[in-house]
Amino acid sequence: MVSFLRFFINGISLGSVYAIIALGYTMVYGIAKMLNFAHGDVIMVGAYIAFCAMSYLNLPPLLAVLCAMVVCTCLGVVIEGLAYRPLRQAAKLAVLITAIGVSYLLQNTALLIWSSNPKVFPSVFNVGQIRLFDGNLVISSETILTIVANIVIMIALTLFTSRTKMGKAMRAVSEDRGAAELMGINVNRTISLTFAIGSALAAIAGVLLCSSYPTLQPTTGSMPGIKAFTAAVFGGIGSIPGAMIGGLLLGIIEILGKAYISTELGDALVFAVLIVVLLFKPAGLLGKPIREKV
Amino acid sequence: MKLKKSTINNIISFGIVIIAFIICQTMISTGVMKRSLKGQMIPICVYIVMAVSLNLVVGISGELSLGHAGFMSIGVFSGIIGSAWLEAIGVTNEVVRLFMSMIIGGVFAGIFGVLIGIPVLRLRGDYLAIVTLAFGEIIRNVLNCLYFSLEGTKLHVSFNNPSIPGTILVNGPNGAKDVSKIATFPAGFVLILFTLVVVMNLINSRSGRAIMAARDNRIAAEAMGINVTKYKMMAFVTAAVLAGMAGALYGLSMATVTAAKFKFDTSILVLVFVVLGGIGNIWGSIIAAALLTVLPELLRAFADYRMLIYAIVLILVMLVTNNPTMRALLSKLIPRRGGAQSKGGAAL
Repeated sequence: MVSFLRFFINGISLGSVYAIIALGYTMVYGIAKMLNFAHGDVIMVGAYIAFCAMSYLNLPPLLAVLCAMVVCTCLGVVIEGLAYRPLRQAAKLAVLITAIGVSYLLQNTALLIWSSNPKVFPSVFNVGQIRLFDGNLVISSETILTIVANIVIMIALTLFTSRTKMGKAMRAVSEDRGAAELMGINVNRTISLTFAIGSALAAIAGVLLCSSYPTLQPTTGSMPGIKAFTAAVFGGIGSIPGAMIGGLLLGIIEILGKAYISTELGDALVFAVLIVVLLFKPAGLLGKPIREKV
Repeated sequence: MKLKKSTINNIISFGIVIIAFIICQTMISTGVMKRSLKGQMIPICVYIVMAVSLNLVVGISGELSLGHAGFMSIGVFSGIIGSAWLEAIGVTNEVVRLFMSMIIGGVFAGIFGVLIGIPVLRLRGDYLAIVTLAFGEIIRNVLNCLYFSLEGTKLHVSFNNPSIPGTILVNGPNGAKDVSKIATFPAGFVLILFTLVVVMNLINSRSGRAIMAARDNRIAAEAMGINVTKYKMMAFVTAAVLAGMAGALYGLSMATVTAAKFKFDTSILVLVFVVLGGIGNIWGSIIAAALLTVLPELLRAFADYRMLIYAIVLILVMLVTNNPTMRALLSKLIPRRGGAQSKGGAAL
């Protein structure tokens, strides 16, 4: 029972990271209708920036995270402006391939700057552990922080999209770009803002991911990126609560699957669950049903 | 006798492929071709077949598939196991064994194509894409846990348990080792010809027109009485079979192969060939696959920077070819090109 609880909490922690990454995917998809495959690599860049800020500049962890967020936000906006904006009217597949090109670019730039040798990410947060059941169940500070960060981000983002003017503009653009433009919303600026928020979240996710799994390589972001993307689809792509639920469920399924079924098949299990869910709910758990128009 | 336009086009296509093969073969036999390039000849054939078959799904049938490497890996391992088993039961002729292995690879990939196609083709658009990605990853993960061995002529399979009797053929995550390399460049050429015959005949047939009708407007096609799922399935499974055959050829040209080689990146690589060559354009796929397989080899001088250059070239090509002014200019220069591209692109 205790071990189950431990796995479950680890699952929530990993799922929280997936959820934060998936938020970036889902917001960008909702508004720009594109699969941003480079998102996973923004996570990696964020983690490297935080790593450098802490190890070389000796900045305190919180400042390092802030630093990573600023760099990633700029990176996200620059990528959107240079690579995706010119393709706004182009075929969907062209945008997808460009996103893949950006992903290769980020990975290989990271490879040249930081080399392929894995870096050991320093333990960022030490706010103490929680010990339960006579010390049988230890919840590490990283786990607590990841979960807390996830809840805070979720609440902040929900408030942002429902209360602020910019957030409402974002929802309007994702609903109907043409109509939003007619209402006087600056579509380009709104899309840039979405990329900025998504990339800042990616930086946080990168730091959280690497403080739980402390090896950092240029390819660190790609697998969590794909899984978070899966999580976003799982919850219904384009839906913010969907990304949250999808991420959490995926993390829990992965950890429990690895613990109780097979270590090697943990990833396969995640994808199998996705397929089963999509068969019964073709637009994901909270996705809007696809309407067919003649 | 008057030949149909499509027949003439096909004959010209086959002619060009045969001439290209003869040139390459003479270059190899006279020693003009560099060693490093010579080693690339079979992978080029494999990737051409992969690209053409994926184009059948992405371009002709209009469904984005991100798991094509999964079918290739099924072909690789069933081909390797098939080849070893055929050798054990007394098929010693290498050419016969190679072709039979390729058929085995194709059949297995085709079976999985049907199994995967049934759920996948119920979905639409990006959801379909993510599920093909998921299947690709599942195939890789499961192959990582499978162990195959040969005891006499008896084939043993085990799941997650490396201790099985006989000589081990496929060793889970360590993959297949000491494969007898029976694949040859001429066999690759024959496979390309076979692929072209299958794909071109399919495109120009009644079924092919049905597939394209379903791509251009699903609802209209359904209203005309076309069984959309059936025809999409036809394209999907044909592509899977061809990918499996290419996989078998690939597996039998390498001394060691692991399942990790066929991850998401490989599917994306083939997709890049298809998109750069022009969606729905078979010839574009062939040229893009051949050039882009050789390109990293040619960029070897740049060492560490070559993947970076590759990425930048990829982004720039996409930006330039999709620039409205550039497209207008191109369609003025080559009037047919613009029309053909927008036809394929409209579906996606």
